[in-house]
Amino acid sequence: MSQTELKNVDSVAQEDVAGLELHLVWKALNEVMDPEIPVLSLVDLGVIREVEIDGDRVRIAMTPTFSGCPALEVMRRELREKLLELGAQEVDVELVLSPPWSSDDISEAGREKLREFGLAPPTRHDGVVEVALEAPVACPRCGSLDTRRVSAFGTTLCREVFVCEGCGEGFEGVKGV
Amino acid sequence: MTPAQTHGHAITALTIRLTALADDELILGHRASEWTGHAPILEEDIALANISQDELGHAIGYYQLRQLLDGSDPDELAYFRNADAFLNIRLLEQPNGDWAYTMLRQYLYDSYEALLLERLEQSNWQPLAELAAKIRREEIFHLRHSALWVERLGLGTTESHHRLQRALDAQWSYAQQLFVPLPGDADLVTHSIFPDLSELADSWRAHVRRDLENAGLTLPDDPPYSWDRTHHGEHLTELLADMQLVARADPEASW
Repeated sequence: MSQTELKNVDSVAQEDVAGLELHLVWKALNEVMDPEIPVLSLVDLGVIREVEIDGDRVRIAMTPTFSGCPALEVMRRELREKLLELGAQEVDVELVLSPPWSSDDISEAGREKLREFGLAPPTRHDGVVEVALEAPVACPRCGSLDTRRVSAFGTTLCREVFVCEGCGEGFEGVKGV
Repeated sequence: MTPAQTHGHAITALTIRLTALADDELILGHRASEWTGHAPILEEDIALANISQDELGHAIGYYQLRQLLDGSDPDELAYFRNADAFLNIRLLEQPNGDWAYTMLRQYLYDSYEALLLERLEQSNWQPLAELAAKIRREEIFHLRHSALWVERLGLGTTESHHRLQRALDAQWSYAQQLFVPLPGDADLVTHSIFPDLSELADSWRAHVRRDLENAGLTLPDDPPYSWDRTHHGEHLTELLADMQLVARADPEASW
């Protein structure tokens, strides 16, 4: 790294002392992963509802995916640690329920990451959840649409289980809610 | 009564109702968890573990609403109350029995819950309306699952049909306890916080009658079981002894 670049980094750090920058907070949140789907950040997952910065204090409004999700506490803790690392003195994570989280809240980038990870992304349903429950789901391995749902319940609350008739493999998908 | 007294009565009534809502979820969730490692096939083992975890999440949601009203700690309520303080209906504390018994109970309860949540979403108390909207999205999967099992067992073999009918005969009058009002419910209905249970009961009976008859079952004409929610049997004490054992062994432990 050259001297000039170092100097730039220093000057950014100095500005942070006066107050955290919104885009850096979002960047940090995008590095906190869902422990049950480790390729998906909280931002990809669509659970961050609001970020408010007041000097070196940050308030985050976050919504749970499923109410019984055991990963929720882990996410809250990791989010807090990440922002403290970034220089926040106080991090307040508030849980909000309304409007309830929907699988439609998963970002496009998140959907692509799910597919690469081997999990079928949920079908967009625009509020009519039956659409997602009945839509044909492509196998994340071979792309075949000749798949069938074998259970609405998978290894985590947010997953369901399919079998692909194309490649003969079983796979999981993120539930449409 | 002064407005302040009316308000006080409604808060007390709501605290009691939220406890009943939470306790039903907690006790059913615990019973569902007892199938872990024992269900007839792996998919069902996983399904019931999921359902159990969902119910626990919903119980926490209702306990947290109670916490807003009286500052009570959800863990204290779950792990350190004795059976006589629980407000779940007796059907939910009954041992799991066979698969037909478990699935029919889940179906009867899921159907009630689907109709209840629809109404709670319209509650005048915003936190309850918001929680109901959240829970309803998750419950869709439960009802689809248990309703399918009722159909499958009812129309399956002679043996599966017989077992399901036996479960229905055992559970029907118990299930009516869902619609026995708690003291103070009338206040909540007046304030449009909680729905009228007699209307809910009619709607539920019409709904389940259709499904159960389609599954080839005969509805018993037993009188409804009308004891209030403070009555429990020995099974709840046994369930709590198991569920609360670890927490009570080391109350200071952090999890």
